[in-house]
Amino acid sequence: MTSPTKAEGSGPSVALDPELASTTEADKPKKLEGRSPGQLMWQRFKRDRTGMLCAGVVIFYFVIALSAPLLTALSGTNPYTLYGQDPTYADSPVLDDFGLPLGWFGGVSGDHWFGVEPQYGRDLFAMLMYGMRTSLFMALGVTVLLMLTGITIGLVGGYFGGRTDYWIGRVTDFFLAFPQQLFFIAFMPVVTAFFVDPQEETPTYFRAVAILIVLWLLGWMGMARLVRSTVLSLREREFVEAAKVSGASPWRIVRKEILPNVVSPILVQFTYQLPSTILTIAFLSFAGVGFVEPTPDWGRLFASGAKYAEQDPAFMFFPGVAMVIFILCFNLLGDSVRDAFDPKSGR
Amino acid sequence: MSDNLTLPAQQGPTGTSTETLLAVEGLTKHFPIYGGFPIKRKVGAVQAVDGVDLTVGVGESVGLVGESGCGKSTTGRLITRLLEPTAGKITYAGQDITHASRRQLAPVRSEIQMIFQDPYSSLNPRQTVGTIIKSPMEVNGIEPEGGREKKVRELLELVGLNPEHYNRFPHEFSGGQRQRIGVARALALSPKLIVADEPVSALDVSIQAQVVNLLQKVQEELGIAFLFIAHDLAIVRHFSQRVAVMYLGKVVEVGDRESIYNRPRHPYTHALLSAVPEVAVDDEGEQRERIRLAGDVPSPIAPPSGCRFRTRCWKAQDKCASEEPPLIQLSGNRGGHLTACHFPEEPTTEARDEDVVMDPALKALEDSAADEAPVTKD
Ligand SMILES: Nc1ncnc2c1ncn2[C@@H]1O[C@H](COP(=O)(O)OP(=O)(O)OP(=O)(O)O)[C@@H](O)[C@H]1O
Ligand code: SF4
Ligand SMILES: [Mg+2]
Repeated sequence: MTSPTKAEGSGPSVALDPELASTTEADKPKKLEGRSPGQLMWQRFKRDRTGMLCAGVVIFYFVIALSAPLLTALSGTNPYTLYGQDPTYADSPVLDDFGLPLGWFGGVSGDHWFGVEPQYGRDLFAMLMYGMRTSLFMALGVTVLLMLTGITIGLVGGYFGGRTDYWIGRVTDFFLAFPQQLFFIAFMPVVTAFFVDPQEETPTYFRAVAILIVLWLLGWMGMARLVRSTVLSLREREFVEAAKVSGASPWRIVRKEILPNVVSPILVQFTYQLPSTILTIAFLSFAGVGFVEPTPDWGRLFASGAKYAEQDPAFMFFPGVAMVIFILCFNLLGDSVRDAFDPKSGR
Repeated sequence: MSDNLTLPAQQGPTGTSTETLLAVEGLTKHFPIYGGFPIKRKVGAVQAVDGVDLTVGVGESVGLVGESGCGKSTTGRLITRLLEPTAGKITYAGQDITHASRRQLAPVRSEIQMIFQDPYSSLNPRQTVGTIIKSPMEVNGIEPEGGREKKVRELLELVGLNPEHYNRFPHEFSGGQRQRIGVARALALSPKLIVADEPVSALDVSIQAQVVNLLQKVQEELGIAFLFIAHDLAIVRHFSQRVAVMYLGKVVEVGDRESIYNRPRHPYTHALLSAVPEVAVDDEGEQRERIRLAGDVPSPIAPPSGCRFRTRCWKAQDKCASEEPPLIQLSGNRGGHLTACHFPEEPTTEARDEDVVMDPALKALEDSAADEAPVTKD
């Protein structure tokens, strides 16, 4: 039906067309391969020094966390051994008679790079490496879970609108009404008691699952709202109507037309959500409802650090600095990602 | 009552349309307005489209013209079934598609396509041009000879774009080029009817003509019927064989191009024609009438009783408020030229003794200007 032969030959007629001439000229050197919005974003991001630096730091942390067993093999320590009390290590004492680390700055030495814990003499370097591993991967799990939940709920509410959206909105409000911090503390023992007989010892993996469930249940709302509002505005766009006119199913429209357009807000939100989840998990452990002895955990290090703060302030130093750098870099990274996606917003 | 009178006569004697492709009868769309506290309930309705009758013949191009907000887009969206009609009937090729579901619609879906008003929001920014044009074919499982990519390249060439643009993204194109991509997408399914909703009103004037020419070429070469929506009569003029004029959700006059442009009867059509700028250019030619309306289109939430144009009409009388004028063929009009007016104008566009200037401010301005000329008094 279409007859390309009748169409004007592409060569000269294209050049005659004033609006076409400019683009064909400009793109001569680099082959006619368009750059997607994603590629453009990546280019803008690469130009952002802070962003690249922070991305490097963040990746570095994840690599460290992944390779915690390797690093501790290097230092020859592990997070569980009580170097201060174990008779095997009696020939190289790390604690004095009061249970405080021997030596400079919390017992920093060739054996114990970041010093040792007062009273027990556990190796801080190993504890921090393993603790970071626990925290980072817990946070990653929680964040991915609540992002997926939020995206699904937001997509459904935003795309179908009407009554569906109304009820999803009310449920979201309901969950938002919980005072989060209080409920974390109040719910953790409840969730644990629900599944595990209080007489028995709670296994560590189960604590992890409980944290995951509680943070997930109380954390998906922000994402859902963000996705919903984005989808709501996308739904009215004419390209969605064009897809409908061509007969596309709602599922195809959501998948092919809408989802690719919510990727950027999702990614930006992710880079803000992850550090805040890490802080929340640390807070849980700090408050005593997260991980407990002897599981190495970043948050627990702060809890112990607070306990020893008067006698051994150095104990707080390494975990604290590590945390501050990490959260700072992650948030800066979030800003850079946002700026790269939308160069007009911010600053 | 108007139904009997209008429908058989609707088909314009333009020669091109032998059989009816699309017939719309009494098409109505009311958007409910919800309000009240604490329980929301329906407090009214925007009567965006209220009883529109329209036919489009096979291969015919019909213009739909009216001021902003008179329900043109809504009519177009109802026909392409993007909106669910409140009442009325849409018949496509003899098949009632008024309330057809997506699945029921599938066989005719590919035959009715749409070109959108805003070239910036009608293309998905995350898809390449190739994907955009290809996806209607994917949805409908169409496997053209030589593959979809080849077909897309052909379409790009047809609409005057470089086929090498296949892997580009919409943000790399100008508005006019984007609109061409939109045209290519609409053509991908080899449709029989295209609803073009103000396809050029978002474009630069210099590019408008190019796109209209492209559409005209497509219409003539491929024999596609067009419903061309526009807000002024100038653009429709060269494109449409028949023109329907809409005012506040109703068709007030419909007829072949010749009748509408040279022998209009409805006061509103006269006003619209008088607003077409090209009149001012040919000064030495026959003087044309000058009509300036006052005020805005009334709200479609509470349209005027009787004739909806009466609040702005210079010929309005009591009857206009009490009785709704039916859309009928007036004596002296050609077949297919229907007008909804109790007191129609003369079928001419020549200058009248006195300009119709309804806007009091403009009138005062012109009067004072006329007074000032012989200022020799005192
Ligand atoms: N989804 C909707 N909900 C409520 N009212 C609507 C909706 N869509 C359109 N309307 C109303 O219906 C009326 C007609 O709108 P429509 O978009 O059809 O006008 P139009 O003739 O296309 O105008 P324009 O030339 O500005 O595009 C307007 O008053 C508008 O406010
Ligand atoms: S019916 Fe009356 S108000 Fe309506 S256009 Fe005709 S003269 Fe004017
Ligand atoms: Mg419109």
